[in-house]
Amino acid sequence: MTAPLLAIEDLAVSFRTEEGEVTPVRGVSLQISENETVAVVGESGSGKSVTSFATMGLLPRPAGRVSQGRILFRRRSGDTIDLATAPRATMQALRGAEIAMIFQEPMTSLNPVLTVGEQIAEAVRLHLGYDRRKAWAHAVEMLGLVEIPDAARRASDYPHHMSGGMRQRVMIALALSCRPALLIADEPTTALDVTIQAQVLTLLDRLRRELGMGVLFITHNLGVVAEIADRVTVMYAGEVVESAPVRDLFNAPRHPYTRALLECMPSRAIQDASGRRVVRSIPGQVSRVERGCAFAPRCADATPACSVEAPMLESDAGRQTRCLRWRELA
Amino acid sequence: MSTEPLLTIAGLSKNFGKAPHLVRAVNDVSFSLGRGEALGLVGESGSGKSTIGRLALRLIDASAGQIRFEGQDITAAPERRLGLFRRQAQMVFQDPYASLNPRLRVSSIVGEALDAHGLARGAARKARIAELLELVGLPAAHMERYPHEFSGGQRQRIGIARALAVEPRLIIADEPVSALDVSVQAQVLNLMQDLRRRLGLAMLFISHDLDVVELMCDRIAVLYLGRIMEIGTTEQVARHPRHPYTRALIAASPRPDPDAPPRERMLTGDIPSPLAPPSGCVFRTRCLHATERCAKEAPALRETGPEHQFACHFDISHSPNA
Repeated sequence: MTAPLLAIEDLAVSFRTEEGEVTPVRGVSLQISENETVAVVGESGSGKSVTSFATMGLLPRPAGRVSQGRILFRRRSGDTIDLATAPRATMQALRGAEIAMIFQEPMTSLNPVLTVGEQIAEAVRLHLGYDRRKAWAHAVEMLGLVEIPDAARRASDYPHHMSGGMRQRVMIALALSCRPALLIADEPTTALDVTIQAQVLTLLDRLRRELGMGVLFITHNLGVVAEIADRVTVMYAGEVVESAPVRDLFNAPRHPYTRALLECMPSRAIQDASGRRVVRSIPGQVSRVERGCAFAPRCADATPACSVEAPMLESDAGRQTRCLRWRELA
Repeated sequence: MSTEPLLTIAGLSKNFGKAPHLVRAVNDVSFSLGRGEALGLVGESGSGKSTIGRLALRLIDASAGQIRFEGQDITAAPERRLGLFRRQAQMVFQDPYASLNPRLRVSSIVGEALDAHGLARGAARKARIAELLELVGLPAAHMERYPHEFSGGQRQRIGIARALAVEPRLIIADEPVSALDVSVQAQVLNLMQDLRRRLGLAMLFISHDLDVVELMCDRIAVLYLGRIMEIGTTEQVARHPRHPYTRALIAASPRPDPDAPPRERMLTGDIPSPLAPPSGCVFRTRCLHATERCAKEAPALRETGPEHQFACHFDISHSPNA
């Protein structure tokens, strides 16, 4: 069995702040293979974006650092490299060429003073060494690949001439222009209208299949997860609480947080005794705990033991769960 | 008690800018809202849903049409005559971080509304603020804190308490939970449902999220580029949609079900710029069923059942391709 494309092992990320060191990501492990989409889902403060930034080598320096664990990435050459300790120059060479990223807001990633064709052409000249003519032709081809109508003409447009959905397609074209092995997508459809989101998700899924990429998909939206992911990692307060194939997670969630999060969705509203439709909510908010399970203060199934003993991430049948009681609750 | 609805909007339009940069943000929109009823306005960017909310509160003035509240025409009433209306209609905003003055304590934020309408003073004022905070699920003891000491969900509760301070009959809520995490969103939605029931509030609930609107509202109006595409009861619109756009919007909403069949028919293309909306039916450039007629003639809303109307030349609900 070949090694996975990306293997995050026991990752911790720490930041120095005025109040001392904080560790918003603790002990996170996950793996992504080729042609596989792994979604990391969580709410504010879950650590999902910090995990993706650590993987890209984009933690703000010098405040942030990987304080524990490894981020193993299998390079195109076959060598495996630890992204957590790779020199900055190596990371710069990898980013764009072998690991690409897309974000929620395309305008922050696109250069407003270059046409979209020029931006893609510049990237492929830099990473693939194409000449100008070939780079431009490749840019037009990429814009066509992401289904921008009339790509040859739109290549000469500036980003501000395009709609939000079109800009997100341009960002995808730019990210994929050097055929990366791994795509990190951080809330890529969150700012889009729902009909445009549906188009972009379908597009990403098609490109993942055609290019055989591994995709790390960061999102807060469980509906999007159900649609795009092969496997799902649920994070809460900086830790992985559950990890499972997508069907298992939705059909038989094991962690009380996952279960509660699914029940919070308005589309899963239930009728209460008086006949009105309500959604279950999770009381309170994410908070730091001194001991025990971080979710215990909000958990309907918590026992006194949960506030004392921190649960370990237990593996069983291809799934992982961090809960003292998951077996009896299942 | 009069049988007139609490709020009646008739032929309402709002234009921004001047030709050639004229945007018809709201174009000939009509609906009514009964006492204690919740109507959802759902749509994507440029649909005009937020503009309708601002028009209905007279935060901006209409270009055409009429707004009646409690039978009174308030469309052009001078501000000094809006006193009672200002008390009876209140807004809850999307961003709980931007809509509360960071320099004021919660007691002042909520108390301001009481002061503006001369509703309570001294000890009674303080007691009323405490009561309002408890009504929205916040400890009264927190009234001397500042907004930054609260989480997003708690701030939205403060925003709701402020709106309720004057005992309104109508709440206009513009994307009130869009900025909140899912688990907190559920708390706020349940709170709003509960308050609506207990206080008999009518609500205009503006959202891009059809699932949220379906949960919260008795009726739904679906908007696209400033026009109503379909309006009816929640059951009619969400379960038996007749307009191709409503169907597309439902199909596009991600379902938390990995076993759901993949979308077969997806809307292609972009939402057109509101600066250059399509001729005829504004939805036709993305509609699978559009014909030449749709480019020439804007369809009027037509009845398809009691309270249920949709604006399409065709009835695609029985077509096998729908």
